[in-house]
Amino acid sequence: MSLVLKDITYRYSQETAYEKTALDHVNLEIHDGEFIGIIGHTGSGKSTLVQHLNGLLKATEGVMEYNGENIYQEKYDLKSLRTQVGMVFQYPEHQLFEATVMEDVCFGPKNQGLTKEEQLERAKEALKSVGLKEKYYEQSPFELSGGQKRRAAIAGVLAMKPSVLILDEPTAGLDPKGRDEILDLIKGMHEKMGITVILVSHSMEDVAEYVDRIIVMDNGSVLYDDVPREVFRHYEKLEEIGLAAPQVTYLMQDLKTAGFEVDCNATTIEEAKAEILKLC
Amino acid sequence: MLRDITIGQYYPADSIIHKLDPRVKLFGTVIFIISLFVFDGLPGFLLITAFMAFFIRLSKVPFSFMVRGLKAVVMLVLIASVFNLFLSPGEELVSFWKLTITDTGLKNAIFMTIRMVYLILGTSVMTLTTTPNELTDGLEKALGPLTKIHVPVHEIAMMMSIALRFVPILIEETDKIMKAQMARGADFESGNLLKKAKNMVPLLVPLFVSAFRRANDLALAMEARCYNGGEGRTKMKPLVYAKRDGVAYVVLMGYLVLLVAVNSLL
Repeated sequence: MSLVLKDITYRYSQETAYEKTALDHVNLEIHDGEFIGIIGHTGSGKSTLVQHLNGLLKATEGVMEYNGENIYQEKYDLKSLRTQVGMVFQYPEHQLFEATVMEDVCFGPKNQGLTKEEQLERAKEALKSVGLKEKYYEQSPFELSGGQKRRAAIAGVLAMKPSVLILDEPTAGLDPKGRDEILDLIKGMHEKMGITVILVSHSMEDVAEYVDRIIVMDNGSVLYDDVPREVFRHYEKLEEIGLAAPQVTYLMQDLKTAGFEVDCNATTIEEAKAEILKLC
Repeated sequence: MLRDITIGQYYPADSIIHKLDPRVKLFGTVIFIISLFVFDGLPGFLLITAFMAFFIRLSKVPFSFMVRGLKAVVMLVLIASVFNLFLSPGEELVSFWKLTITDTGLKNAIFMTIRMVYLILGTSVMTLTTTPNELTDGLEKALGPLTKIHVPVHEIAMMMSIALRFVPILIEETDKIMKAQMARGADFESGNLLKKAKNMVPLLVPLFVSAFRRANDLALAMEARCYNGGEGRTKMKPLVYAKRDGVAYVVLMGYLVLLVAVNSLL
């Protein structure tokens, strides 16, 4: 039960003056229950990559398998794949369209062909899990605040009960509090429901604390694919491609150069605190 | 999918046509369109072909790229020429079932096809070599004298450039919303016409909302920069005629004279 990408290459606007290779022979394996961060500079191909995972884009070359089945074979049920691999786009609140929040969240389950009762049940469950209060259910989604809209939109994807959830920059445009809330929410879903989560971001700070595997994209190919502490070891290379390691990594490096005996592998503030306290 | 629309697109290249003043290109296009509807007979047709081929060559835009723009109008051209072919009066050439082809019909159909294809190709020389901004700049300057009779030329030009500027943005937005709804299981392809129209709601509502949001943001941004119409506004890059523009005008006038001569003499 996993997603496997074999030699995926994707070119935009093929055979025109604007042709551009967005993905260049990407090989990846994503296992059940993982919490993955995909990181890269703007234009590194991270958004293009995740749109392959639910078949929204079809690779120019290469094969993608979901649970051992090639999704590019004829008559493969892409609609069912998309309900199993849920995708929350950047600024998901821009996709809201129904008259009430409840109806909007029901859109996904309705497309799955569920009965009215099942739709409502799924929608309620999803809205509850994103922490949206019941008094908003019958309001127009356009009347909600920015953070609430985003929650409603995420619920719209969750209501389909996907086993893999992809989130493309879910914290873009939110204030620090909203950011932490959304990330904690995602972490909670990963832990409670056991779904595979793939988080796309350009900020190391965001993902370092949450994920257990980081995939760094650069220029359409995978640069690093490892646990966070291993990836952050390459902080100089990361800076070169326009990214940065978390502040903590720099602090620990500075302490070490200043002659303190610290372990530079600390990636979160908590770990760094423990390391520094050891010195006392 | 929607990215691949090429009609009206700018093709970046370094050619003399790209460097010409947009006013010259506008004027030239008008002359060319007029000439298309004035000519009659083979000599005129050859002259126009030579003239167009010369400018396509100069523009350094690959011919295959231009032909792609024709795809969008193939149906229109076909329908127009078929109607001309069968519905013109004149001497009968062939007749089968209830349809007759006449000599004038055949001639009209051929000329109609040539005119429409040349019209698209000729105007695409202008749009492919001129950025939308240059084009509206040229239009504003060329129509400038009309402000004297209270035509809001600047406002029209501004609206045009804003509209053009937003075309790619809205295309991208449509693509994005479509994908987001497809990720929620929406289906934009199957079903009959009524069902298809109904399925468009999840696409159109967010698209309208976002268009209004963008318009509002733009209006605010313009006001924040103290925009208040064209009165007293100066340009960073004012349009100034260069020597090559004069040469181009002479070439255009020569073309016009030659065409009229060919038409009346031959």
